[in-house]
Amino acid sequence: MSGIPHDHYEPKTNGEKWLNSRLPIVGLLYDTLMIPTPKNLNWWWIWGIVLAFCLALQIVTGIILVMHYTPHVDLAFASIEHIMRNVNGGYFIRYLHMNGASLFFVAVYIHIFRGLFYGSYKAPREITWIVGMLIYLMMMGTAFMGYVLPWGQMSFWGATVITGLFGAIPFVGDAIQTWLLGGPAVDNATLNRFFSLHYLLPFIIAALVVVHIWAFHTTGNNNPTGVEVRRGSKDEAKKDTLPFWPYFVIKDLFALAVILVVFWAVVGFMPNYLGHPDNYIEANPLVTPAHIVPEWYFLPFYAILRAFTGEVWVVQFASFITGGIVDAKFFGVLAMFGAILAMALAPWLDTSSVRSGKYRPMLKWWFYLLIIDFFALMWLGAMPAEEPYATFSLIASAYWFAYFFVILPILGVIEKPLAQPETIEEDFNAHYGKADADATPAE
Amino acid sequence: MFKKLAIGAAFALALTPAASIAAGGGEQHIEDFAFSFEGPFGTWDQHQLQRGLQIYTEVCAACHGLQYVPLRDLEALGYSEEEVIAYAAGNFEVFDPELDDFRPAIPTDHFPANTGVGAPDLSLMAKARAGFHGPYGLGINQLVKGMGGAEYIASLLHGYTGHEKEEAGTVLYENTAFPGGWISMAPPLADEQVEFADGHSNTVEHMAEDVAAFLMWAAEPKLTDRKNAGFVGVIFLTVLSVLLYLVNKRLWAPHKGKLRKED
Amino acid sequence: MSEFSERQAPSEPETRRDFLYFVTGGAAIVATGAAVWPLVNSMNPSADISAQAVVDIDLEGVGPGTRITVKWKGKPIFIDHRTKERIALAIAEDDAPMIDPQPDAERVQRPEWLVVIGVCTHLGCIPLGQGGSEPTGDWDGWFCPCHGSHYDTSGRIRKGPAPRNLDLPPYEFVTDTRVKIG
Repeated sequence: MSGIPHDHYEPKTNGEKWLNSRLPIVGLLYDTLMIPTPKNLNWWWIWGIVLAFCLALQIVTGIILVMHYTPHVDLAFASIEHIMRNVNGGYFIRYLHMNGASLFFVAVYIHIFRGLFYGSYKAPREITWIVGMLIYLMMMGTAFMGYVLPWGQMSFWGATVITGLFGAIPFVGDAIQTWLLGGPAVDNATLNRFFSLHYLLPFIIAALVVVHIWAFHTTGNNNPTGVEVRRGSKDEAKKDTLPFWPYFVIKDLFALAVILVVFWAVVGFMPNYLGHPDNYIEANPLVTPAHIVPEWYFLPFYAILRAFTGEVWVVQFASFITGGIVDAKFFGVLAMFGAILAMALAPWLDTSSVRSGKYRPMLKWWFYLLIIDFFALMWLGAMPAEEPYATFSLIASAYWFAYFFVILPILGVIEKPLAQPETIEEDFNAHYGKADADATPAE
Repeated sequence: MFKKLAIGAAFALALTPAASIAAGGGEQHIEDFAFSFEGPFGTWDQHQLQRGLQIYTEVCAACHGLQYVPLRDLEALGYSEEEVIAYAAGNFEVFDPELDDFRPAIPTDHFPANTGVGAPDLSLMAKARAGFHGPYGLGINQLVKGMGGAEYIASLLHGYTGHEKEEAGTVLYENTAFPGGWISMAPPLADEQVEFADGHSNTVEHMAEDVAAFLMWAAEPKLTDRKNAGFVGVIFLTVLSVLLYLVNKRLWAPHKGKLRKED
Repeated sequence: MSEFSERQAPSEPETRRDFLYFVTGGAAIVATGAAVWPLVNSMNPSADISAQAVVDIDLEGVGPGTRITVKWKGKPIFIDHRTKERIALAIAEDDAPMIDPQPDAERVQRPEWLVVIGVCTHLGCIPLGQGGSEPTGDWDGWFCPCHGSHYDTSGRIRKGPAPRNLDLPPYEFVTDTRVKIG
């Protein structure tokens, strides 16, 4: 691995040498754990560890739940009640898994917006960013299929509506939808394949996480200044960095513990707050709930999906020039996936030479507006599809696209960036002062 | 720093439960009862649960099932094993596929399902309804008052105005708690309908509260265990946070100078 | 934060620093253990299974010479309302050469009721002999069709590869006609 110069593992004893010449696993772990990390990372950089924790939590609790769950339309709902009532501690494990998904998405959204503000997506970290976006997409797929498993009313109708999106694809939509469901409607075949995939995808996510970490260990972490670590020599690099262990591991664990206090309180005292009461009603293919609302973490994109109705001129225009192939329904689907694609394309849409939003006086405000826009979309996604919410949704959706496709490219040209620090060391010392101990690395 | 805090706070607020938004049709009137099991310290009132069970058995069970609740769990209401055996055998018959016949229920059976008149099963009713919503789809009411499933049930049971109407051959009863205002269930409770052994008040209001509490127990029997686990976890994680804070501070101290702009 | 905790670190006595690290490390280990135990415990029998660890059986209507099978902990329990002849046969054979010698009196609480776990001690098959038309083996007890083990009217292994007599479940008579297994 290239990257920031640092000390590597040296096998000392004969046993270590024996192992290292056959399988350099200790060296690999050492290099990963001792990776030089910019010492000026702020508290927005802790969410990576929270995400790793969430993945582990979901996999571990999920494996336990699978031992007691039955993926069959007649038994799934009852088997969840079996977990809640009979299995030792099952109620808590299930609530951890339910709310763990929410914590996972809280963390991933903060992590993504951190990257957007500090320019973590910009060269040379495009691969890290793209892999991250793939992880995010897989998380959405996993969460969606997991929500179907309890076989409540929202499970069933959520699955019906979301798979219906694929039916909007011109020409092949119906065939794809039938293929996804394994039949004309959501039924046992659907439940079984969703169960299988819900179990599989987290392991693919885990593999992608390894690639994600590999990628940014190759380029080095971004940091709040966006200024790169000096790589001329080990000594130079040491002035800008500290090893990941113990400095950042302990810092991240502290943050994780604080976050878990809140998480534990939610699980212990209000575990159903983020859920929907209708999912405690067993799925009934003959009765649709009054309002079908996705889980909160899908709401922003759900709002974008619904924003583009047949009355919107863009939709009418798209329909006209494609000869009706792109209708309102398909346009909505394209918009929803486009909204995520827009994020993935950020490395090439952002034309600024400056990485961090800290030194971009104009971007800063547009970015804060994007955050507000995101919350607005989340709120609108939960509102009924009627005025005035429909108009608001359209405006909020438009801003989302404008940020990526208009504002990011233009700002790079017209914005006059502020002065950036020369080095990370300079930024760090400006905050904390120069320490006497800097010359000697900690024990 | 304040900007960052503001963003953090906004994120916290954004955890709007989808539930809070899916309000029903018309104006519902849900009263906020002070149930003993509410709040982080709340526990069951066993006497209330026993009265609720009695009301369920004598009134609700005629139409509504409770199919996910095992009879053996009734020991949590303060009954002895013998009392549960007697209650099961005395009140319910279940179909035994091994005998190919009905037999008196035993504690390992569940309460029977009851689909006779199409009334919904009540096992999870207290979690399948939310009494509180909003405001403006923000979910703050549920954060403050709780989900309100038991409140919904209690409010519904004494929310009848006495008005009736007939629609498509069905009699509908006006109810201030029911979404849409008209419900097909006739008022199930009347004053002094159930006699309690301890002579507890048996007005409709009190009985509605008792049976709602019982149904909350039926829906979430592990409620107190869950809160206990929540407490232990929160306290332990708080201690761990403090320890890690101190370790982190000490670890970084040699690398930080005297100058401190913030924090 | 004050300078109180800021600047003392470099001059901190080693022991105090170590103590903090040990306490934190200890707390982390406790946290891990506390997280692992519920996961392990969730694989123990659930409440519905444990509840079946005790079964009440009504013996009213089980006449002499009748054998019934009930399920306990997922295994069949053979209850034989023994006739006088079968009791006599069992006692008479007490001193006969046996693979696993045991007097009949040690195997029953009430001579007319034999209660055994109906699982062959060889490899876990269910012996025949419960149904009226089934073979009962050379000693009028049970016969395991898998590898030819013969059990007598006391459930003792008499011939064949099985190493032990049929096992006895814990049970007690609540009344003369009600037995509680488990």
